Amino acid sequence: MDFIFQPWPWFISGFLIALLMFGLLLLGKRFGMSSNLRTFCSMCGGGKVNSFFNYNWKKESWNLFVVIGAILGGFIASHYLSVNTMPDLSESTKLALQDLNISSKNGYLPYELFSMAALSNAKTWAILIVGGFFIGFGARYAGGCTSGHAISGLSNLQLPSLIAVVGFFIGGLFMVHVLFPFIF
Amino acid sequence: MKKIIYILLGLVFGVIMYKSEAASWFRIYEMFRFESFHMYGIIGTALAFGILFVQIIKKFKIKDIDGQPIVIEDKEKSVPRYLIGGIIFGLGWALAGACPGPIFVLVGAGFVPILILLLSAVLGTFVYGLLKDKLPH
Repeated sequence: MDFIFQPWPWFISGFLIALLMFGLLLLGKRFGMSSNLRTFCSMCGGGKVNSFFNYNWKKESWNLFVVIGAILGGFIASHYLSVNTMPDLSESTKLALQDLNISSKNGYLPYELFSMAALSNAKTWAILIVGGFFIGFGARYAGGCTSGHAISGLSNLQLPSLIAVVGFFIGGLFMVHVLFPFIF
Repeated sequence: MKKIIYILLGLVFGVIMYKSEAASWFRIYEMFRFESFHMYGIIGTALAFGILFVQIIKKFKIKDIDGQPIVIEDKEKSVPRYLIGGIIFGLGWALAGACPGPIFVLVGAGFVPILILLLSAVLGTFVYGLLKDKLPH
């Protein structure tokens, strides 16, 4: 039982993710999380403003149930299946965190960004808003996110997904190595 | 009935994301610093089995639960949209340390500031829709 409360090893997690994708394919669906963001826009009447959101979103509503499940899963995993300690990072990453003024004695997420107290800092708001905007804008522009391209698309050996994943890494590496020192 | 299956699949997904630490900002940061194999191991394993499962579906022409052939549509050919869109997504992924799946998982885990991230991501999707025809695809 102790295994449940420990962080799961990568090979088990990776296998289970592939199994989930397989399950969705057998149900006649495709694994992808960012399309839900578009569905939200359509549900809120986005179709009246722009034709991109004017589609039969009810056909995609199955994915909203996956979202409900993911929220429940996060609740169950954090409350009943974890001790919520910080991930066991490499020493060099911990050292680098100091330069960002992020404590290496945090919980699952850095308190400096994701605690209620952090919201008293305007910079936290800016980071969350800009980060979220880029995620939503970029995922739709690229036609998918990590699940849609890096898992689903690459599993089907799609060149466009490979280009998208290369893009994910160009953006991510530039953010962490070039922009982080200016932001934090 | 099917709704319950989707909720259950989502629930398993949420638990995996949380327990594998793929939903932790720290792991994303570490991944982009190439200082741990962890995230590459998760994505690599998922991919290896993913390719295997897709090949099995194709080779044995497996049908879905409704008896329809499983056809995975090819993505449209283009470079700019995947590259530019991908780079923008990557910037956000690294800054916020979360991608769309884990955002929902972290909402459930009770991190309130994630809601700002989620709303902003919906806004970003909406603005993309408004600008879509003016962007290179």
